[in-house]
Amino acid sequence: MVWIAIRMLTGDATKFYGLLFGIAFSTLLITQQLTIFVNLIERGASGVYNVPSADVWVMDPVSRTTDVNLPMPSTALDRVRSVAGVEWAVPHLRAAASVRTKEGDLEGVSVIGVDDATLIGLPRRMASGAADVLERPDAVVIDDVGTTRFFPEGYDPVGERLELNDQRAVIMGVADAIPSFTSQVTLYTRYSRALNFVPGTRNRLSFVLVGAAPGVDAKALAARITQDTGLRARTRDEFARDGVDFIIENTGIPLNFGITVLLGFVVGVAIVGLTFSLFIRDNIKQFGALKAIGVNNAKIRRMVAAQAAMVGLIGYGLGVLGTVGFIWGFSSNPTFKGFYIPWQVPLISLVAVALILALTGWIALRRVLKTEPAAVFR
Amino acid sequence: MSAAADTATAIAAISTRGVARDFTAGQQTIRVLHGIDLDVRAGELTYLVGESGSGKTTLISIMCGILWPTEGEVRLFGTDIYRLSDSDLVDFRLRNVGFIFQQYNLIPAIDAASNAAVPLIAQGMDRLEARERAIELLAALNIADQANKLPNQLSGGQQQRVAIARALVHQPRLIVCDEPTAALDARSGRRVMDLLREVALADDRSVIIVTHDNRIFDLADRILVLEDGRITHDGRDMPKDH
Repeated sequence: MVWIAIRMLTGDATKFYGLLFGIAFSTLLITQQLTIFVNLIERGASGVYNVPSADVWVMDPVSRTTDVNLPMPSTALDRVRSVAGVEWAVPHLRAAASVRTKEGDLEGVSVIGVDDATLIGLPRRMASGAADVLERPDAVVIDDVGTTRFFPEGYDPVGERLELNDQRAVIMGVADAIPSFTSQVTLYTRYSRALNFVPGTRNRLSFVLVGAAPGVDAKALAARITQDTGLRARTRDEFARDGVDFIIENTGIPLNFGITVLLGFVVGVAIVGLTFSLFIRDNIKQFGALKAIGVNNAKIRRMVAAQAAMVGLIGYGLGVLGTVGFIWGFSSNPTFKGFYIPWQVPLISLVAVALILALTGWIALRRVLKTEPAAVFR
Repeated sequence: MSAAADTATAIAAISTRGVARDFTAGQQTIRVLHGIDLDVRAGELTYLVGESGSGKTTLISIMCGILWPTEGEVRLFGTDIYRLSDSDLVDFRLRNVGFIFQQYNLIPAIDAASNAAVPLIAQGMDRLEARERAIELLAALNIADQANKLPNQLSGGQQQRVAIARALVHQPRLIVCDEPTAALDARSGRRVMDLLREVALADDRSVIIVTHDNRIFDLADRILVLEDGRITHDGRDMPKDH
């Protein structure tokens, strides 16, 4: 009977494709929007992800994220270094600055000062040049997405001069970095140089990046640093989560994306529900005849379930493929750099599709089950 | 009367006692059948005749187990069918009753052979095996060459034959036909009736036909006339005043 159900469904091409479209469109909308949402809010943690070698981030107790921080006195570095279990601790500066380009335009940038000796704080990979270019005078490394903001597409910025707080800066390399939430241009330079690039205040040290000694648990070390120094210490994962939470709590992004995802669900219910109902209405005589002949309700349920499962699986597959195509198609666009589809997103879409089909299938099935077999004689 | 009917007159295929049926319309309850007592013998081609609203569709629905009577008892081949559980009644219909609907109600998306095989597939038989059985029957009905065609590729007469094949493929003991000749011209209608007599009555089955079609009255073994929910005539021929 399942074979008959599938043939009944595919035999009506208009409604079959209508159902597929409804499911595929819903899946695409839900999956694509959730993917963008997740990737976008994860950029709240990009500052942390760009420094994978740091096990613990130490900061002023009021600092919240890599971008929302209160600088500490430089003595904080020594206090952290004195805590047992700290393998190494390096200074890290993050500040906003304005840069004047060769054309005379003024642009806001993030300046990141990395440890002079070890260059810890620089992204792991370089898109152009080597990390040690920072040892040259006035050298800065620009992030690859930032390059597209300052220069035409395909332009090699190495050797370009910028004016940072009346200081000369020369781009000597391009870092392969995860863009920040605002996609602001980021300039990496040595800590000592960064102190000259950003407007001065008494305290300049944004963070102390800490590597745990072998065998020392990062979470336990963070707790010990807090206890011993009174500073806020967060493990890499905790601090990344803080960045994501900050965006969730302080922007309308979750609400806006949530509304779009809900719309995807509602559109799915509307299109699939309407088409499924039309399909059932058009086939109600056949279902009635089957019931009269002796096809019981359990078999009828299996038939409708098979129809729903078929459009669900194909439509869902098409929707996910559409999302993959979207991400792949825009992968070269700096806005979408590093975007990926977390495995939880297709799973959520699958649950949404299952809900859509369960709801619409149940409504359609009710009509079939209510049909009196005797109706075929009327 | 047919030879089959002669040999099987003693066997009551269908027996109804005091069958009544009410329908509610708003606040009103309307009784459409009034205490029908009836025995239909195996091997008979029985016509159920009456004006629209006389209750013949209700009676045939009750007789074949798809509409519960308000009162009374219905026995099909000795089984009190409305004492069966819902699922047992559905299963009983699947094994013992074949249906030929006025609009055929073939499934448009599957071919003639698969349509004819539906009762066997519903019984759980392998689809290909069921199709083979159906094609044998379509051959007996002279449309084996149409087995792979979809219903919309068949003429009305051919669709009717597929519907007949579907009604017979699982070898039920009762065949119920609703206006089988209504959509056919006189010649095709008589051919269908000949076919029903030849194929359906072969194995001591009972065939009950609801019809208005006076062109085929002469082919009946027995004619029951229903008026206002009561049987007013039971005989070999139609009463003179009809």
